[in-house]
Amino acid sequence: MKTINLDYLSANPLLPEVQEAMIKAIRTNYGNPSSPHQLGDQAHEALEQARESVARLIHCPKPQEIVFTSGGTEAINTAIKGVALAQAKKGRHIVTSNIEHNAVLRSLRRLRMMDFQVTSVGVDEYGRVDPEEVARAIREDTILVTVMHSNNEIGTLQPIEEIARITREKKIPFHCDAVTSVGVIPVDVQKLGVDLLSFSANQFYGPSGVGGLYIRSGTVLWPLLDGGVQENNKRAGTENLIGIIGMGAAAEAAVRDMEDRIRHCRRLKERLIRGLKENIEDIFINGHPELSLPNLVSVSIRYIEGEGIVLMLDEENILVSTRSACAAGALQASHVLLAIGRDFADAQGTLVITFGRETSEADIDRFLEVLKKVVRTLRDMSPLYNKKK
Amino acid sequence: MYSKTVMEHFKNPRNVGEIENADGVGEVGNPLCGDMMTIYLKVEDDVIKDIKFKTFGCGAAIAVSSMLTEMAKGKTLAEAKKITNKDVAEALEGLPKNKLHCSNLGADALKRAIQDYEDRKAGIVRPAPKRQEPHEHDHGHEEGGHCYCPYCNIEVSEDDLFCVGCGKMLKKPH
Repeated sequence: MKTINLDYLSANPLLPEVQEAMIKAIRTNYGNPSSPHQLGDQAHEALEQARESVARLIHCPKPQEIVFTSGGTEAINTAIKGVALAQAKKGRHIVTSNIEHNAVLRSLRRLRMMDFQVTSVGVDEYGRVDPEEVARAIREDTILVTVMHSNNEIGTLQPIEEIARITREKKIPFHCDAVTSVGVIPVDVQKLGVDLLSFSANQFYGPSGVGGLYIRSGTVLWPLLDGGVQENNKRAGTENLIGIIGMGAAAEAAVRDMEDRIRHCRRLKERLIRGLKENIEDIFINGHPELSLPNLVSVSIRYIEGEGIVLMLDEENILVSTRSACAAGALQASHVLLAIGRDFADAQGTLVITFGRETSEADIDRFLEVLKKVVRTLRDMSPLYNKKK
Repeated sequence: MYSKTVMEHFKNPRNVGEIENADGVGEVGNPLCGDMMTIYLKVEDDVIKDIKFKTFGCGAAIAVSSMLTEMAKGKTLAEAKKITNKDVAEALEGLPKNKLHCSNLGADALKRAIQDYEDRKAGIVRPAPKRQEPHEHDHGHEEGGHCYCPYCNIEVSEDDLFCVGCGKMLKKPH
């Protein structure tokens, strides 16, 4: 039976043209972009070509403002720790939101150990940050604001432009974690007005292990990795050229196909949400009904636990992701779901369903059909469901 | 991640359900701790004639419940009391380390159900089941047998409806 992948968030299937570009590069373009000889020149040219493609994807006017990294996590770590360390003499206060990705949360936790202070603003029931609250949280010694573009668990989009207006007025660097947005929906660094923006290739049909950070000219930060003078002195180490070439090809395709992809995903998302509501009682659809990613649906299925659902769906060759504490192995409920008001038990039964260009309406229908059975089986087993009746 | 036996029991759990007019009922855990398990017993001449379970929890928790009921069925109460959580995990060919403390509650639930049966027989009425022994924690530096509020991390009892630290609701009243 055909495997239905509804876990695009974990990794996207590589586009055929991305695969080809990478295979070609493996065979013919293995040089070091820093070498002054012909093999180096060839590598350097491919590197800069990829940089231009990625710059176009996020409407960055100067390609040299893009720094390639080993993925979203490194980009985020570089932005946050890099600015904090460079600005520590000016101040040690950072503003963020309650629903950030762990790469942001744990970078900030590390900085707290180094005597930085962090103010985290709350979100509403849809997971939206109020820009006014960000403004109120900013102090004299605030040196960085970091808020994500879209949330990786519930898909909600944030009012980045409004927050940027505030940070620009106060001349505070603003980092935006746009990992789940770049290549999926339009992201324009000029229009947004951010100073730093992180992204990852595996969210737009490129390879894992490669991403990048947009750094607006004039933004001061220390590199995370010291060594050679690669990447405009912002990230030492020989570039992952093969991966970067893959990301470049994926960026070209994203620019070309974005509208079609969004239209396709929106249709699937509507069908999926309608199907969930019609087929399964006692559920919550998490996130903002309109201001959210087109390729993600988060659903809390009450009275049952997510890992069991994932395992039973896997038996039927359907792959999804859960935010259950049991599956995460951390025994802590998702901070995002708690922040939007789900209680611990409901957070336990939460699935994150992500899809893309290879997903069909028939896939969604089969998922709904199997999920309905799985939910019935697990609820019949659940003492919570029993008590509810 | 899971052994073949765990997956087999998870996919085809034995003895799911409730027993009407059960002779003994035992409940452990709550959704705050990740898992919750209820065991129902039918006892005749000190032998477990029938046993059923209801479980909220991950694949391991469901497999543990299923295996436990198989192990206990037909045993005398004295024999059944000797079943430990470790025995159940071993019968399942092991559980992942991070599942040992949260999902492996089967023997605790069984002991409570037997206790409930014996109490009823002796005419003791217990208002709300209080945990006697904490279940085994395998949580590194943390002391065994405790639940922590997911909102503020303060220690709470499994039976608490609200966290004493932050006042947030820990489980929905039923």
